[in-house]
Amino acid sequence: MNRFAQLLDSLAYEPSRNNKLRLLADYFRVTPDPERGFALAAMTGALSFAHAKASLIRALIAERTDPVLFAMSYDYVGDLSETVALLWPAPQTERRNIAAPSLSDVVHGLQQADKKELPQLLASWLDDLDETGRWALLKLITGALRIGVSQRLAKTAVAALGGKEPNEIEEVWHGLVPPYLDLFAWVEGREDRPKALDPAPFRTPMLAHALDEADFDKLDPADFSAEWKWDGIRVQACVGTDEEGRRVARLYSRTGEDLSKSFPDLMEMLCEPHFGDATIDGELLVLIERQVQSFSTLQQRLNRKSVSPKLVMQYPAHIRAYDLLAEDGEDLRELSFVDRRARLESFITRLGHPRLDLSPDVPFDSWEALAQARHDPASVGAQDETEAIEGIMLKRRDSIYVPGRPKGLWFKWKRDPFNVDAVLMYAQRGHGRRSSFYSDFTFGVWKGAELVPVGKAYFGFTDAELKELDKYIRNHTRNRFGPVRELDFSTEQGLVLEIAFEGLARSTRHKSGLAMRFPRISRIRWDKPARDADLISTLEGLLEQGLRRSPPKGLGD
Amino acid sequence: MALSDLLTLTPAGLYCAAADVYLDPVRSVPRALITHGHSDHARAGHGAVLATRETLAIMGLRYGAKFCEQQQALAYGESITLNGIEVSFHPAGHVLGSAQIRLRGPSGSVVVSGDYKRAFDPTCAPFELVRCDAFVTEATFGLPVFRHPDAAGEVAKLLRSCAVFPERAHLVGAYSLGKAQRVMKLLRLAGWDRPIWIHGALEKITQFYQDEGIDLGDIRKVSATDRAKLAGEIILCPPGQLADLWSRKFPDPVTAFASGWMRVRARARQRGVELPLVISDHVDWDDLCATIRETGASEIWVTHGAEEAIVHWCETQGLDARPLNILGYGDEDAETVAEDAA
Repeated sequence: MNRFAQLLDSLAYEPSRNNKLRLLADYFRVTPDPERGFALAAMTGALSFAHAKASLIRALIAERTDPVLFAMSYDYVGDLSETVALLWPAPQTERRNIAAPSLSDVVHGLQQADKKELPQLLASWLDDLDETGRWALLKLITGALRIGVSQRLAKTAVAALGGKEPNEIEEVWHGLVPPYLDLFAWVEGREDRPKALDPAPFRTPMLAHALDEADFDKLDPADFSAEWKWDGIRVQACVGTDEEGRRVARLYSRTGEDLSKSFPDLMEMLCEPHFGDATIDGELLVLIERQVQSFSTLQQRLNRKSVSPKLVMQYPAHIRAYDLLAEDGEDLRELSFVDRRARLESFITRLGHPRLDLSPDVPFDSWEALAQARHDPASVGAQDETEAIEGIMLKRRDSIYVPGRPKGLWFKWKRDPFNVDAVLMYAQRGHGRRSSFYSDFTFGVWKGAELVPVGKAYFGFTDAELKELDKYIRNHTRNRFGPVRELDFSTEQGLVLEIAFEGLARSTRHKSGLAMRFPRISRIRWDKPARDADLISTLEGLLEQGLRRSPPKGLGD
Repeated sequence: MALSDLLTLTPAGLYCAAADVYLDPVRSVPRALITHGHSDHARAGHGAVLATRETLAIMGLRYGAKFCEQQQALAYGESITLNGIEVSFHPAGHVLGSAQIRLRGPSGSVVVSGDYKRAFDPTCAPFELVRCDAFVTEATFGLPVFRHPDAAGEVAKLLRSCAVFPERAHLVGAYSLGKAQRVMKLLRLAGWDRPIWIHGALEKITQFYQDEGIDLGDIRKVSATDRAKLAGEIILCPPGQLADLWSRKFPDPVTAFASGWMRVRARARQRGVELPLVISDHVDWDDLCATIRETGASEIWVTHGAEEAIVHWCETQGLDARPLNILGYGDEDAETVAEDAA
């Protein structure tokens, strides 16, 4: 456990991706099996322990500390595992001679212990470990390492052990189980590539670069196809047949997480015999009466531990497909976009399933026409789905499917956000990295002579602006409620923030009756008096008009 | 006795009306008692200042000889009577010259701690426990997550990193008064006999420590041309310099920061620190609670820091406690800026 704890500790402090990679690769090189395999599993989220929950850790520390002091400490540190690791009292009895547990000990112990034994087991490990060890152990069992290492980075480090490409690891990954003895043996050249090839592997998706409008001068409209950028989540639906003829279906997120359990309605479609073997790249949306619902509706289906039939009925899931990566065992990624698109269209037509449709082509003959389509999707056939459209995707017609984010092939061109001038009302200290700053801002607009809060923003500002905001807040506090400060605001004084947001919805949870989608601070209006901030009627009017945007700006201005 | 008989809180800071003196005032006042030389406690521009000889000298170094109209020094253990109030200074163990101030009147005694610590520090007089009826304490690290480890172990971490990365310069951020000199001395005690390099902002105070008889060995100021040649060396600088352009000329620098805040990961990451060294010149939670108990005081005022937690703890111990929320204390960044300007 100690070596693993030191690795996590150094990774947590290491800002550079390359140095992280070096630390990981060094660790995998010098750490024996099965220890390193369990470490890899921990960092890729492949370990889960049924009974080890945050509530158990809270219960253990509650027996040992004053609840008020715990709450204040947690609020300050911002991380449960670290708070408990720091607060954990030195053991009563002398335990110096007892060796700290290894990572394998911990993994086996957690898998074998039943619910009743676990508190005692965990407490004894916490007694035997030092602060860093305790922190790593608690991070491990709560499944939230947050050390700035993605699955991808960990796999890249493993690949680097034997000069392999990360995508090679990706393609065998889903057939493997911790502690990955066969994977390490293959990467180090001691054995053949693992046999247990996944019939429904995750394929690293191709991503787009944000479009800089200045790029238009260099791009020819004839080289590109356009589609809507949907406000859902990117998924990959994979169906394959294994060596024994069994069909395997999986739904992956864009990072390769298996979402199958959360979407039984989609899995039913994928498992139908005439679906065939195929890998579809598309957007997961909720459709009610064939109409795409807003992202906040889709959220009802995300991050659910259990999925009730009622939920599935109420919020039916749907895939809007935009690419076909494999069909009947054939890898289509080397084909051009146009050819893949043709294969996708015929696949969807042949299947004719109500839960799967094609993301339509957006016709355009000039960049001006495309700008108009982006501004007003309804004018080019998006009708009532305008609210679910985030912008435009541009894909080079001759581009092959390249995993990762290659340059110059795909672009995303988001719609302009809405803007409102609001007054800063409350500020709260941030968590974690920002725990010494007031960085969570509640802002409001005028309703008569009164300000009503309409949203909360955590970002959109630079580090330098955060410092200025923090200073302003400390100097203009009217009241303090625990971690929250109420600011001095009135028609005469107050700080105006220009808030950018992507959408508005009615909400019973907020006093103003409105909820913003993705609000962030776009500008700090040091110059603008508070009385000139916007009125609630402006936002309500926007909602009533169906969120129409102001006229488009000309290209390139 | 009631503490408010002797002291009241005013916008300028703590004030003893009977003796007509302010303690560590944050604004200019006619008569001030100063606990120690850190800029959030010792400001320029007062009328008369009473402090230890070392603290007066440090203020003179920082603000120029005319930092106030009239100076008077009081040694540890000596006392002076102001209008019937007996004033005495006692070692606080925080930095060179730092003192706790005891005020004794007819109704009882109060000790104003200033900043203090009880951990080992070879560069200043060790903390002396002064029993009193009322205790005014700091609570910079007044949360039970702050338990400072042995400073020697942290210095060992730094030396280990120097051994592992001999091709990199090790930049250690440390406050220029007290922390920097303590780290130098701890390095010497750990056997580091190479020259220790310092940023110019540390020069005056470090020279003062040496002149006061604290042997810090071979200390050299870094010049612009040296920087690129300091692979494998230890360089001390004010914390603000770690993120400054200045630090980039060193060969692949490892950034370390010696501070009690480094106990919390988020704090270290916030500053982009790669090698956090938990070395503090303040009491940690355990020492803070122990000191409050050992003074025997029944009334506790908390000047700054995590007041709420320690006030809560005092209440669980049956002690009468009150947070003062004095603005302007413990503002390290402000101090850093002041030092960088110096």
